[in-house]
Amino acid sequence: MRKIVGLILWLVLVAFLVWGMQLIHPFGYPDASTMDDYMIEKAQAETGSNNVVTSVVFDYRGFDTLGEATILFTAVTGVLLLLRTLRRKKESS
Amino acid sequence: MLSKIVRTVTNEFMPVIIVFGLYIIAHGHLTPGGGFQGGAVIVSGVVMLLVAFNHQEVKKVLRERLLSIMESTGALIFIGLAFAGIGTAFFHNLLVGSPIFGRIPATGPNPGDIWTGGVIPLMNFAVGLKVAAGLTAVVLALALFSSGEEIEE
Amino acid sequence: MAHIPLNFPFLAAALLVGVSLYIIIFKKNLIKLIMGITMMASGVNLFLVALGYRAGGGAPIYTGTPEETMVLPVPQALTLTSIVINVAVLALMLTMAIHIYRHTGSLDSKKSRKLKG
Repeated sequence: MRKIVGLILWLVLVAFLVWGMQLIHPFGYPDASTMDDYMIEKAQAETGSNNVVTSVVFDYRGFDTLGEATILFTAVTGVLLLLRTLRRKKESS
Repeated sequence: MLSKIVRTVTNEFMPVIIVFGLYIIAHGHLTPGGGFQGGAVIVSGVVMLLVAFNHQEVKKVLRERLLSIMESTGALIFIGLAFAGIGTAFFHNLLVGSPIFGRIPATGPNPGDIWTGGVIPLMNFAVGLKVAAGLTAVVLALALFSSGEEIEE
Repeated sequence: MAHIPLNFPFLAAALLVGVSLYIIIFKKNLIKLIMGITMMASGVNLFLVALGYRAGGGAPIYTGTPEETMVLPVPQALTLTSIVINVAVLALMLTMAIHIYRHTGSLDSKKSRKLKG
């Protein structure tokens, strides 16, 4: 009984997702591209690199890259911390 | 430890993979790529080493203290470069126009010049070092844990 | 180029998210749950990149490109960050699955639900 209610709810959710995808702008013609047009025009003169995506990642939006480096550092610390319990068991036994 | 053919081919291929990863990191401001992508390529080379050789052999070469120092150095260089231009703004690109990395390319499509980009190639190196060292440590810890060993230090 | 009817790339991303929702709701094995979460992350990345496409455009790189118009570069930068964050979350999830297996002896998600004192 619970499974049937769950299945019907999941079908309603997927139908809502698929219907919502038709309401976004047609594929290939974005609505608002003022910021991206500015970055394509001015990236070579202001940052001095040919790659517009790299200049967006490291210069125009460098703060997001700082947060991402912090997340990577925290995840590596967490994994190396969790995989150390074997030494305590060997010492205590 | 796999057979002798696999070990010999792995020994021949490792420098090629590392040079390819460093090429992707170094040309991040000219071609698609950058710090994160090049670091992932280097980590895939280390995974190939782990599959072909035994855990103990790889653990003798890549100690954990060296990996920890490399990762912290990469993070500190990244933050230091971000704070270097604090007179104007945080993350200000202060090397554009100066003689180190500061040529400005011609507008429009052009063959790339590697001495452009300002502070971006240095940040690429720092992030590539950080990602390579961090993910190598994670892969080594998972491999050593499942074989019953412990991580020293 | 004419309008592509039905918005096929967005439909593919929505179907990926829908299938991974089914996996997360109805499956009990821990490894299958982790695979479902990773698949949902892939669907979201595909949606982000497909949002920034301009018809007839090329890559936003100036080194030796013949194109005139370029696609939007900002969604590609956001997708880079999203991929790295998903790798970090996947590493932590796998570590916790290893610990749960060593503690309780099985990979069933119903057996590790009780809170013991």
